[in-house]
Amino acid sequence: MIRATLAVGVVALSTWAVAVFPRSILVFLLFQGSLLWVYLARIPRWLRATLLAAALLVLMPLIGSFNGYYLEVATQVGIFVALALGLNIVVGLAGLLDLGYVAFFAVGAYSWAIFGSPQANQIFGGGFPLAPGWFYVFLGVGLCVGAATGVLLGLPVLRLRGDYLAIVTLGFGEVIRVLANNLDKPINFTNGPKGITPIARPPVPFGLPYSEAFYFLVLLIVCVVVLVNRRLEDSHIGRAWEAIREDELAAQAMGVPLVRSKLLAFACGASFAGVMGVVFSAKQIFINPESFTFLESIGVLAMVILGGMGSIPGAVVGATVVTVLNLQVLKGFSLWLNELKNAGVTVFGMSLADLPTQLEPAKYERMIFGMILVLMMIFRPQGILPARRRARELGKP
Amino acid sequence: MDFQLLVDIFPQVLLDGLILGFMYALIALGYTMVYGVLEFINFAHSEIFIVGAFAGVEILLGLKGAGWLDGLPWPLVLLLLLLAGMAVSGLLAVTVERIAYRPLRSAPRLIPLISAIGVSFFLQDLIRLVESIWRNAFNLVYPTLDALNLRFELTETIDVSVKSIVVIVAALGMLWVLHLLVNRTKIGTAIRAVAEDQAAASLMGIDVNRIISLTFFIGGVMGGAAGVLFGVQYGLINPYSGFIPGLKAFTAAVLGGIGNIPGAMLGGIVLGLLEAFAASYLSLLTGGAFGAEYKDIFAFSVLILILIFRPKGLLGEIVRERA
Repeated sequence: MIRATLAVGVVALSTWAVAVFPRSILVFLLFQGSLLWVYLARIPRWLRATLLAAALLVLMPLIGSFNGYYLEVATQVGIFVALALGLNIVVGLAGLLDLGYVAFFAVGAYSWAIFGSPQANQIFGGGFPLAPGWFYVFLGVGLCVGAATGVLLGLPVLRLRGDYLAIVTLGFGEVIRVLANNLDKPINFTNGPKGITPIARPPVPFGLPYSEAFYFLVLLIVCVVVLVNRRLEDSHIGRAWEAIREDELAAQAMGVPLVRSKLLAFACGASFAGVMGVVFSAKQIFINPESFTFLESIGVLAMVILGGMGSIPGAVVGATVVTVLNLQVLKGFSLWLNELKNAGVTVFGMSLADLPTQLEPAKYERMIFGMILVLMMIFRPQGILPARRRARELGKP
Repeated sequence: MDFQLLVDIFPQVLLDGLILGFMYALIALGYTMVYGVLEFINFAHSEIFIVGAFAGVEILLGLKGAGWLDGLPWPLVLLLLLLAGMAVSGLLAVTVERIAYRPLRSAPRLIPLISAIGVSFFLQDLIRLVESIWRNAFNLVYPTLDALNLRFELTETIDVSVKSIVVIVAALGMLWVLHLLVNRTKIGTAIRAVAEDQAAASLMGIDVNRIISLTFFIGGVMGGAAGVLFGVQYGLINPYSGFIPGLKAFTAAVLGGIGNIPGAMLGGIVLGLLEAFAASYLSLLTGGAFGAEYKDIFAFSVLILILIFRPKGLLGEIVRERA
């Protein structure tokens, strides 16, 4: 009872705090922390569900009305949660290290970007962009294209051993990026490094503003993805994947069809990325190859590793932490440092105004990703919120 | 199509390919030696390589700042650069192994690989951080040494610069020393023994940990030398420019048969030549539709094809499946 009151209180308090201090990053972090706390607290199930639903469906859009940027952050978090969950299937469940995951995201994004903008006229002559309503059809198209690309990549390379597979998927990710960069000739498919714009946005019901509409759309997709993940995990296929991860030879001996199961894992993971790619391109209106670099793939990998390989809540938490770290904490620190610099503050007798101008803390995302990967591997390979099966296995002395 | 043009540029392309190939060979040795001993892809090797380039540029800029650059004979300067690059990269490689790989040696094989990827990313931004604070710039240019830029024309269409000769000679020298070290000395025997069977080697009285550190050191030294040569040859470096050459050198190591030292040299040269020819002939052969920008794809396609059709590489032995 005390815990339940406390949980309600924490969420209410942090929401109120965000309303009072709409510009403070720390307070918004507090709000996110309170949600995690509610998830972990020992309170009745219905209360937890109600609180989380209320926070995500009502409070978050409300906060967005105080500070629109937070809603943007929440939407980005949602996109990365879906990506992390997709990669979680490939890396976490099936144990196949995929370093080119963002390629599937790119394929989805370009599929809507080309047909939802005048770009397609360059290929087919005329009649484009498609009506905005087609966006909803393209969610399905993105899913299929993503899955197909996954199978296409998987077919030749899945017989490789783990570490070779990782390098080949990395190469594949680079190939997709180089193609996106250079397929503006002989036929202009992708418009090269200049990117594609304007990409049509979908029609929105109830006259919602776009930022809110995308938030709810992403939330809906994330819910579906979580549901699919949970059903997969305990299914026949999910257990086959985990068997492959633990010991390929033993799994094969037990009658698990190796190639088919691995292909399925690749296709499932890739299809989530494909769908999110479609949403991403519509949300951004503009895409270019810069959004689909190796750095992004590693970012998603860092999310999965941080949360715990094979763990669904882990992937959600990992994606949230990394995205918020990237979008808010690093940028916030940069701004803060700049303010201090401009104010001429001195620390230890050294004026901050003398700091090198090239030193921009916001640019050090690689360092963050790198540290996450190394430290997690050395000290806590099972992640922050380990999967139950995995925790039992790694937890033994 | 201008057939005469294709023939005319051939020697120049061959030379460029050889330079690139020797560079890849030097880097590939780091991958292949570590793989031979630990069966582990040292993903951070591309950064160990570029750190060598940064050590070299710091020495050069330091000499220039002190006004000594024009006074010293250029072979001495070059030797100084190479030594600095080799020392820094070698020590870095050993440190990385000690901190990020050794605690994970008995873990499942993907775990150290993920750690290595983390180290690679961490080092990229660490170089950037250090150079930003130190020089307020992280895109650095190698100061030119006039003597190295001398070019002499062999024929009308081919010219050779002193630095390309230096790069090739230095690379050949390094490869020869390494060959002697591995095949003719006691240390080399120990390295080969550890690669063959760690447990048996340790029973024979070989300190396996020390040999592994040493392997990382030698790989790092080769990478550092390659870094300096890379800087001298191409001029512009930044913390992220090691990544793609590193990946290609890995491709070269796989092409030659990973774990196999002569294989890495052969693979590097073959890949360098393939890439140089792809870069200059692709555009000519396709009438400009596909140009040099596809050379990266070309290297990766080579990697994928080898792994599918001949996973043991050109000279490789059969790689065992480790349960």
